[in-house]
Amino acid sequence: MSDRSATAPGGFTLHRVVERIGIHNISLLTALIGLLLIFGILRGDVFFSTRNLLNIGMGVAILGVLAISQTGVIVSGGLDISVGAMVGLTTVATAMTIQATEMAGLGIVAGLLVGGLAGLVNGIIITYGRINAVIVTLGTMAIFRGVAFILSDGQSISIFNDSFRWIGTGRILGLPAPVWILLAVVVGFYIFLHKSIVGRNYYAIGGNPIVARLSGLNIPRYRVAIYAVSGVMAGIGGILLAARTGSGQPISGSDGLELEAITAAFLGGCAMQGGRGTVVGALLGVAIIGVLNNGMILTAVPTFYQMLAKGTLLIVAVFLAEFRLNKA
Amino acid sequence: MAEPFLRMKGLTRHFGPVQALNDVTLDVHPGQVLALVGENGAGKSTMMRLIEGVFEPTRGTIEVAGRSVTFDQPRDAHAAGIRVIHQEPEIVPDLTVAENIFAGNLPRVARHFLSWPTLQAKTAELLAAFGMAHELRPRQMCSGLGPAQRQMIEIMRAVQAGGKLIAFDEPTSSLTDEETRRLFAIINRLRDDGVAIIYISHRLAEITELADRVAVLRDGALVDDLPAEGLTEERITHLMVGRPLSDMFPDRDPSTGDVVLKVEGLTTEHVSDVSLELRRGEVLGIGGLIGAGRSELAKGIFGFHRRLSGRVLLDGNELPSGDTAAAIAAGIGFAPEDRKEEALLLMQTILENAVLCVPEKVSTGGFFSRSRALKLISDISRQMRLKASSLDAPITSLSGGNQQKVVLTRWLACDLKVLILDEPTRGIDVGARSEIYDLIRNLTDSAGLGVIVISSEMTELLGLSDRVLVMADGQIRGTFDRAEATEEKVMRAAIPQGAHAAPDNNAFSKGTDR
Ligand SMILES: Nc1ncnc2c1ncn2[C@@H]1O[C@H](COP(=O)(O)OP(=O)(O)OP(=O)(O)O)[C@@H](O)[C@H]1O
Ligand SMILES: [Mg+2]
Repeated sequence: MSDRSATAPGGFTLHRVVERIGIHNISLLTALIGLLLIFGILRGDVFFSTRNLLNIGMGVAILGVLAISQTGVIVSGGLDISVGAMVGLTTVATAMTIQATEMAGLGIVAGLLVGGLAGLVNGIIITYGRINAVIVTLGTMAIFRGVAFILSDGQSISIFNDSFRWIGTGRILGLPAPVWILLAVVVGFYIFLHKSIVGRNYYAIGGNPIVARLSGLNIPRYRVAIYAVSGVMAGIGGILLAARTGSGQPISGSDGLELEAITAAFLGGCAMQGGRGTVVGALLGVAIIGVLNNGMILTAVPTFYQMLAKGTLLIVAVFLAEFRLNKA
Repeated sequence: MAEPFLRMKGLTRHFGPVQALNDVTLDVHPGQVLALVGENGAGKSTMMRLIEGVFEPTRGTIEVAGRSVTFDQPRDAHAAGIRVIHQEPEIVPDLTVAENIFAGNLPRVARHFLSWPTLQAKTAELLAAFGMAHELRPRQMCSGLGPAQRQMIEIMRAVQAGGKLIAFDEPTSSLTDEETRRLFAIINRLRDDGVAIIYISHRLAEITELADRVAVLRDGALVDDLPAEGLTEERITHLMVGRPLSDMFPDRDPSTGDVVLKVEGLTTEHVSDVSLELRRGEVLGIGGLIGAGRSELAKGIFGFHRRLSGRVLLDGNELPSGDTAAAIAAGIGFAPEDRKEEALLLMQTILENAVLCVPEKVSTGGFFSRSRALKLISDISRQMRLKASSLDAPITSLSGGNQQKVVLTRWLACDLKVLILDEPTRGIDVGARSEIYDLIRNLTDSAGLGVIVISSEMTELLGLSDRVLVMADGQIRGTFDRAEATEEKVMRAAIPQGAHAAPDNNAFSKGTDR
């Protein structure tokens, strides 16, 4: 039973490389390169300009945070479709706090806290009410949105605090601050989900909750925490959005953000019933969506058709994920 | 002898670098029972998957009645008259008995409509022929049936579809002795009707009783193919493992200590008012028919089921109800019976499955440490003689018996005071089985654990236990010391009350809550 195929002396064969990156991620990379080629040929003049590439980076920062956190939720066997509404709610909470206190730090704390609380509500209802996560978060999606409208009285709340605005507009080493924040979140969540014991238990719970319980995992506590974490991550997304637009708007985050986040997670290799998915895969999914969005704008695809494309992509992503699973 | 029904020629199958089956040439004759034996991972199930068209052979051919065939999918093999009865019967719980038996071959009227009268009559006829008429009704839903009945339905399906070769892959591992006897009667009938039978089992007594020929696989290769006439269990064991085995159940002097686990009046939704005591160094066996509530008792003690009343005390400290984490922290381990549904994370690797219960031993500062995990698990898996290409291989690439070893490995990695094993040797080969028995004795004698063993196998139950409890209907119906426990006493206690008038009627219809 020796592993003949992969042991060239020196031990670094193509086979090894492929194994390390994973077949799935390689197909995502191929798709990404394909898209880059297509848009490069169609609009090579603008597409590869630094400005446009930074634009793409800015555009996917929030989506990236949400897609990665969604990956965690799906891995644990759940789904959170209230993330867009939570983003909207946190922009309002952050903006109101900064307006009242003039302190950027407090605004950030308020955003994270409100996001976390909203997630906690999701988690508690799902776990102790024993209601399907899709239904619960569909309901709370409307509720959170409603709360955001009530708090703000339906108005946009402007933020004039410069240090807070820097989060959305500043640059470090030529890269926009939101991109740095996304990178930090990616690294942090990667370590959490793949390396920490708690994160690895997400996979056990999603893979088979009975096995997880018989192995001594306190599933209710995990479930609540999983949705609370998702809320905090949505809070980060909301802070980024508020900082970029310089305002808290109850309507923000409602333009299909949850759809894109879920699509990216499934593109990244999540399985519908849980137990499978990676941060790196989700990030590649985000890149694909970001490039697709940007390219469709550059090539002047009408907005209405862009919606068709996005919806189709979700269904295709889930189809491919399930197809792969059934074949395995 | 007549022409073989099935002939495998140089049949070979690789999985990556693993040679699961290696150049096997073997005939299967009509009207004969060919027993297939071999250690865990020897390639028995792989051979079944090849002849049923689940996998394609890497090399080699299959001939049916003298003609070379290739099966792209199981449907093709079925059409050629080949059927494999798997350990987990594939029946649709939401359909009736009749529909399940005639699935794919339902009698119709006017092409599109099911002909219920015909279906019902044909089913009734078949049920009568199999002696199941008093137990199953054609229109009964299959959702409440026990494993033995599900298996019978699969066999009837194979027979009604004109199966000429029926293969059984470990059919008795979830059957009681009684149910096993009935299965044998049916297999003997099929043989007399000229059906070719392949029979796979790790229970060698069944082999000597049933087989006409015995084929032995070792590491994927056919090492012997000989008439069963005159073969003893010892001889088969020797052929399989290549060495003689020592006595499975050596006499020993149980030196039991003080009480470590005490259960007082435990009542859950599934068991009522169970009290028992387990001492350090003791093996407590729990016998009973399938559905008697043995697994449910284990789950009640372990905190998987919520307690309605009663107490569970470990070293005098009461455990909280419905809290598996607390049970493990206190030092109780539980290896459930159903590997796929309750024990293994099928999407994960061997290593990940093995370390599930010992996060503190395989982490530093809350982060998983691969090197510590590898060290811990490779030691134990070597002791267990786990057959795997690497600990990073997916758990699903292991043979059934080796998957079971991973489950045991998981608990051996913990520091326990009490270990509850539900059917610990289900699907395990003789060699490994004697190792597991040694291991259990080692746990009790050297490490001072109290071990509870739930077993449907009488030899194992009586051979291993210092004391035997017998359950029926979710209650304890008898306690026997090692000296006084006999097969007959255990059987008598195991039959549910009120069923004495028609014992073979009720004994099998309770297996719904498993
Ligand atoms: N899908 C697969 N992928 C990789 N390896 C496999 C796969 N299926 C089987 N194997 C390997 O092939 C070998 C033979 O396995 P098989 O299931 O045929 O054994 P078996 O004789 O049925 O054992 P058991 O008595 O434990 O059921 C094992 O080493 C197993 O790990
Ligand atoms: Mg097998």
